[in-house]
Amino acid sequence: MQIKTALFGIAYILLAPILGGLLAGIDRIITARMQSRKGPPVFQPFYDVFKLFEKRNIVVNHTQNFYVACFFIFMIVTGVIFFAGGDLLLTIFALTVAGVFLALGAYAANSPYSHIGADRELLQMMAYEPMLLIVAMSIYMITKSFHIHDILAYHTPLIKYLPLVFVGYLFILTIKLRKSPFDLSTSHHGHQELVKGITTEFAGPALGLIEIAHWYENVLLLGIVYLFFAALNPAIAVVLTLAAYGLEILIDNSYSRLTWRFTVKSSWIVAGIFGVGNIIGLAVYSYFLLK
Amino acid sequence: MNSILFLIGFPLIPALLLLLIPNQFMRNWITRLSAVIIGGASIYCAWQFMGHGNQSFAWQPQFIDQIFFGAEMVLALYLLIRCIRIKPHEWYIPILILAQAGIMVYCEFVCDVPEAAHTLYIDNFSIIMGLIIGIIGSMICVYALSYMRDYHKHNRELKDGQRGFFFILFFFLSAMFGIVFANNLVWMYLFWEITTLASFELIGYPKTEEATRNAFRALGFNSIGGLGFALGILYLVRFAPASIHTIELSELLKPEVAALALIPAILISFAGLAKSAQMPFSNWLLGAMVAPTPVSALLHSSTMVKAGVFILVKFATVLHGTLAGGTLALIGGVTFLMTSIMAVTQSNAKRVLAYSTIANLGLVAACAGVGTPETIWAAILLIIFHAVAKGLLFLGVGSIEHKTGSRDIEDMGGLIANRPGLAIIMLIGILGMFLAPFGMLLSKWVTFKAFIDASPILALLLAYGSAPTLFFWAKWMGKLVSIPAGEKKATDKVPADEWWTLSLLAVMTVAACGLFPLISTCVIAPYIEDATGRVISLGYGTIIMMTLMLAIIILLPLAFLSAPRTSMRSKAYLAGANLNDVSFTGSAGLVQPIQMRNYYLATFFNEKKIFTASILITIVLFLFMFGAMIVCR
Repeated sequence: MQIKTALFGIAYILLAPILGGLLAGIDRIITARMQSRKGPPVFQPFYDVFKLFEKRNIVVNHTQNFYVACFFIFMIVTGVIFFAGGDLLLTIFALTVAGVFLALGAYAANSPYSHIGADRELLQMMAYEPMLLIVAMSIYMITKSFHIHDILAYHTPLIKYLPLVFVGYLFILTIKLRKSPFDLSTSHHGHQELVKGITTEFAGPALGLIEIAHWYENVLLLGIVYLFFAALNPAIAVVLTLAAYGLEILIDNSYSRLTWRFTVKSSWIVAGIFGVGNIIGLAVYSYFLLK
Repeated sequence: MNSILFLIGFPLIPALLLLLIPNQFMRNWITRLSAVIIGGASIYCAWQFMGHGNQSFAWQPQFIDQIFFGAEMVLALYLLIRCIRIKPHEWYIPILILAQAGIMVYCEFVCDVPEAAHTLYIDNFSIIMGLIIGIIGSMICVYALSYMRDYHKHNRELKDGQRGFFFILFFFLSAMFGIVFANNLVWMYLFWEITTLASFELIGYPKTEEATRNAFRALGFNSIGGLGFALGILYLVRFAPASIHTIELSELLKPEVAALALIPAILISFAGLAKSAQMPFSNWLLGAMVAPTPVSALLHSSTMVKAGVFILVKFATVLHGTLAGGTLALIGGVTFLMTSIMAVTQSNAKRVLAYSTIANLGLVAACAGVGTPETIWAAILLIIFHAVAKGLLFLGVGSIEHKTGSRDIEDMGGLIANRPGLAIIMLIGILGMFLAPFGMLLSKWVTFKAFIDASPILALLLAYGSAPTLFFWAKWMGKLVSIPAGEKKATDKVPADEWWTLSLLAVMTVAACGLFPLISTCVIAPYIEDATGRVISLGYGTIIMMTLMLAIIILLPLAFLSAPRTSMRSKAYLAGANLNDVSFTGSAGLVQPIQMRNYYLATFFNEKKIFTASILITIVLFLFMFGAMIVCR
């Protein structure tokens, strides 16, 4: 058991960046095709990051890269907790820790663009936090456990009981993946009114680390998507998970950026309608079932 | 038993000495020495009684009840005399005081007040409270020494009333010990009223118009609660069925009378809610920040509001599973969500801290109202961690204010560069309040789990309330860590008394987190087993993970400091030609200054509207709670 747990943790540390990088490469190709371009080769994200590591480490002040290192390490810790079968709630809290460190790095640089990017990053976190906690909560209400290996062992696909929660999660996933219309703090697209937002003052290896951490994060987020389909045939579950990512790419390319007001308001309302609605539905359902 | 009596009685000695001796040198040493003695005695007391379950003592010297009654009357009379200075709209305050005193007179002379077989008790929970009061409370007294000296240097127009100030500080500690160790509810009531009096005097200390008004508001709101307490006692001695015709707390908490004890439990819990500044009473605690910072620290971390939640958690087993208890939990939950959102809109550091205190106490109240073993466990954890971290934060803000002249968060930019010590203190405190793996988040995690099992509505309120919490703490941290170019290290030092207190509290914030599994299994779990008959344990895999995260957070800064600096510095990108570090030449050749402020979302979250809405919601909930108390017993 423990050896298996450790293996999964190590596998995540080693494989997640490769998987995440490939995902980013495919994302770029699909996005390009949607925009009638050919797009870069699938390994382009890796070339980009390698190049970043060869560049000089330029900073506005010396402390900012410390926070980036913290961000990177905590992102890995978060994923390890999840993929080693740990506590889902703890995973979410650790993810928050990582996110806060990235914002602190941007604040530390004390540059107007990165400062406002950091403020927006925190606003985004405030927007998605309720829904993320509701995901954990509703999964717990079904499986009676926060532990990933218990959740994976549950006999029925969770999507059957939590369809609305899943929709709510897809909504905030757009924020988490930094996809349009919610790429407020920083964006992978060229059209960014805040220069590069939260990452404006990071260069070279630090920016490379942020990119790799983002890959780690994406794999983790898709891992949570997988939980909803876990009881299905693994191949089907993986396909459905990737389909969710495909949907996010489609959304990314069909919407222009919205304001932070809309982001916060809509995420809280979506969490209220879809998340809370699903939980009330479950309560009513089990009430009549028991009767 | 002697050590309990010592804890209650001893603080009165330095209190009187400090009232009589005007000499600063003597004051310093009496306070420092007494702080060490009180802290030591509370640790000795813990060592002596820890793990022996609930022990009660029949300490009943002759005339003691008469003395307590006399003291109550003197206290009421004193407050009435102080009320001469009230404004017309504060007419309700003397009426409340008279009503309380009238009820006590009625109980004493008309009703038959039952004898208390055991007047004092100690169990693991009161040991924890004793440690919080004895250690953190007395540390704040030491901090106050240099703070008050500076305070009067900065505010020359104010009259120097430090003798009375220190008298009340120690008097306050004595009363707090009384509350956590008294088993006789009439005694507890006296101590309860003393804390109301003490906070009234401390808030009004600056003697300005604003301070006086806020002090009277605190007195008024707490007297509403106090009336609830008095009614609870009246019910017990006059109207209660024979099986709970008692004034002993331990008798009320017996499982076999739980259903009968609901009415007094709700009435006294009402007092607890007012004291812990839950909505709609929150205004008194927000107004309390006009007082010197050590007062805020004391009120928020180790005394006053903690007395409120202490009594709520005591009655948790009675409230468990009742409609009234559920409503009480909802009041706490609503308070948590609303005050967390309002904290986002504040840039005054003390006001942010005040809102966050009310929010966290709301969580404790919610836990107490649910009253399952898990929520009681979570509630006690919240109390411990909040006491340490909040004490640290208030004192930190006090020192910053004295050094920089501002308590506005926007003015704290660059603190890590010019006053790294204070900034690190603040960062530890803030981390302790909201980020994994530190104490408060640990407690919230336990709370969330417990709520999902017991009451999903509360879990949802917690899910929504955590989000703004994260936002307002993180953006404050952002200000602290930002480094404006050219920032120089300040040369003047924080006074030694302040520095010692701050460092010790910072170490305690981290240590409490590291020792969390130990505190939980050796102290809290046995108490919960005694109180509810259920054994609880925590998952070890998670504890290991938490400890690992703690280790990383401690080790990373060390690794950073020892690593060689290979990075190259450049100027921030300003979308123009940088002139110097604070301005640039923009597109039309104009020189533009740069300025950075955090988001406060003041129009998005309208503080006034949210405040009014929460007052209305909680008043309805309160009425419903009393209705439920009477109808569904």
